[in-house]
Amino acid sequence: MATDLIASDETGIGEINKYDFVTPSHAVFKARRGLNSQIVAEISEMKGEPRWMRDFRLNSLKLFESRPLPRWGGDIALDFQDIYYYLKPTDHQGKTWDDVPAEIKETFDKLGIPEAEKKFLAGVKAQFESEVVYGSLKEDLAKKGVIFTDTDTAVREHGDLVREYLGTIIPPGDNKFAALNSAVWSGGSFIYVPKGVKIEFPLQAYFRINAERMGQFERTLIIVDEGAEVHYVEGCTAPMYSTESLHSAVVEVVVRRGARCRYTTIQNWANNIYNLVTKRAVAYGDSLMEWIDGNLGSRLTMKYPAVYMMEPGARGEILSIAFASKGQHQDAGAKVVHCAPHTKSRIISKSISKNGGRSSYRGLCKVQDGAIGSKSNVVCDALILDPASRSDTYPYIEVEEQDVHVEHEASVSRIGEEQLFYLQSRGLTEAEASSMIVSGFIEPLVKELPMEYAVEMNRLIELQMEGSVG
Amino acid sequence: MLETLKITNLHVAVEGKPILNGVNLTIRRGEVHALMGPNGSGKSTLAGVIMGHPSYDVSEGTIELNGDNILEWDASERARAGIFMAFQRPMAIPGVKMADFLRHATTNVRNPNRKEGEQLIPMREFRKELREKMAQLKMDEEFARRYVNDGFSGGEMKRAEILQLAMLLPKFAILDETDSGLDVDAVKLASQSIAEIGGAEMGILIITHHDRLLEHNVPDFTHVMLGGRIVETGGVELARELYTEGYEKVRERHPEDAAVEKEMSSTGKTLAAGVA
Repeated sequence: MATDLIASDETGIGEINKYDFVTPSHAVFKARRGLNSQIVAEISEMKGEPRWMRDFRLNSLKLFESRPLPRWGGDIALDFQDIYYYLKPTDHQGKTWDDVPAEIKETFDKLGIPEAEKKFLAGVKAQFESEVVYGSLKEDLAKKGVIFTDTDTAVREHGDLVREYLGTIIPPGDNKFAALNSAVWSGGSFIYVPKGVKIEFPLQAYFRINAERMGQFERTLIIVDEGAEVHYVEGCTAPMYSTESLHSAVVEVVVRRGARCRYTTIQNWANNIYNLVTKRAVAYGDSLMEWIDGNLGSRLTMKYPAVYMMEPGARGEILSIAFASKGQHQDAGAKVVHCAPHTKSRIISKSISKNGGRSSYRGLCKVQDGAIGSKSNVVCDALILDPASRSDTYPYIEVEEQDVHVEHEASVSRIGEEQLFYLQSRGLTEAEASSMIVSGFIEPLVKELPMEYAVEMNRLIELQMEGSVG
Repeated sequence: MLETLKITNLHVAVEGKPILNGVNLTIRRGEVHALMGPNGSGKSTLAGVIMGHPSYDVSEGTIELNGDNILEWDASERARAGIFMAFQRPMAIPGVKMADFLRHATTNVRNPNRKEGEQLIPMREFRKELREKMAQLKMDEEFARRYVNDGFSGGEMKRAEILQLAMLLPKFAILDETDSGLDVDAVKLASQSIAEIGGAEMGILIITHHDRLLEHNVPDFTHVMLGGRIVETGGVELARELYTEGYEKVRERHPEDAAVEKEMSSTGKTLAAGVA
């Protein structure tokens, strides 16, 4: 990581930037289409960032340019020079729901998201700035030393912490899209939970919907200190909307000794989005990291939340739901890496394919030499709703230690004519019957969600199921 | 007018292979009919085709409910019109709780015109009724929270079918070997249960190899199926005779149908699973 002596002096950052980077006041800024070092530098300048962050970005850009596209997963038909990497919100201020693709607008209407929330989405910027919903909560937590803010603000206000961890769990050179994110990131959440602080209610991030503000390259960093607990939820009651073609987030999580972190995502993307996300957590002694990952929509999703278990007693659990419909490819899964003895992991993946959709489970279970007594259990189930749809499983298992217990089960099933007939013979319509079978299929995961998100997940699935039976 | 389910000259093929070769049967509400016959004679196919199984092709004949030809109706519409079938092999629906499934089914059957997404029976009302019916059938309340037929024993599945019958209270019920897989006591309980939940109000078609299920549901008519046709109809004494003596005498009395039976079984071994 690039370093900068001046920037490491946190109190100096603001002052220095104020002089270093003169921004036209209230001017609309839109980076030129395409990507080069000048554009990246402009983004950094727009944000009034310290030098170390600018260098981090520029260095990452070089890594991005030198990295090949993944040769696995799905087809990525992207022209990287044909994308706007940074748009200042004012560009979209005149936007109305009429600008939104009818399909997505309809989804929001059907979801019955309260009028207030619709306003919230229409006026994302204002809501983002005020954070009314979390204001009081934040105040309470702030007294205990909890930090919950957007990552841009964190760079300005908690520079030392951010600098210590950002890019250490997922280095910019990890993969092409991690490098891209590191170069052009904008927005995302920064959370720090001090030692022993247990946050009872989930921390929720709505501002990610503000794609204009944050771009499609959110950067989230969560640090849960020793014995602390947090449940972070993103994009849940308000499915994300983006007109852009690429969403590429990086999420880094540090779970210190004895701490717990649960990270819940429910994404419902527009069908033109490439959703290429890197999520990774490191879990220390006797800690627990849980990823709950719901993937709906998008043209292609490639996302494999990972847990590296670094010290004895660390646990990692990953629950993943993917729903692939027409024109969609969900290449989702999980990674667990046992780096220390007596670590435990569990992966449960459920995927549904319908109307020609394609879902793949891609997972890694790695047990390093010396990680004696480690246990891993992987279960992946796929449900295929019609003959046009497809499901694949790519489990990678690398075990370098003898004294371990690794289990892998996979199943693929089709909604059977007999199951449908059975339910229909009890008065359910064909559509109701399919929907019931699907909701039953994902029930083991949905029941892990807090009530309101479980309801939301079921509603999203029902929406996906509507009109699916010909 | 007494409600009737009338089957006339029904010819049915499965994957191109004829299974039913002209079945005639009329059931009135309040009557109990026993349907017996050797394996592969077409009993379960008849049950399935009455319920509207999509893979059975009707080439000739009609099925009428109170004068309406229901052949074009799907299974859901038939269920809402008051037809029920207790499955010989009920399907497991993992992740779906019995109570949720039954609430949905009961709502639809009681409000046949309900549109998708409209209100279900109020939870409190439904729970009360379900609890009563389960008590009547001596079922543990825990049963309602289990996933539909998922990991059920053979006996539990059959009892779950009877619970559904009790909740849906159809006009016409077909019980396809509801006694198979049950021990003597369980069959007795099932038999009593069907009578208790108001079997007398329904028109019932009981498909069975035994006479025990008939104990509390004495058939008004017994039909014997052979080679895809009903070849004999009698009273309860016919059921007893078949139970004790088997089907050889029936074959002797109907050599032509016995020949069809033989032909069907020789060409149809591979299809057996599909038509069982």
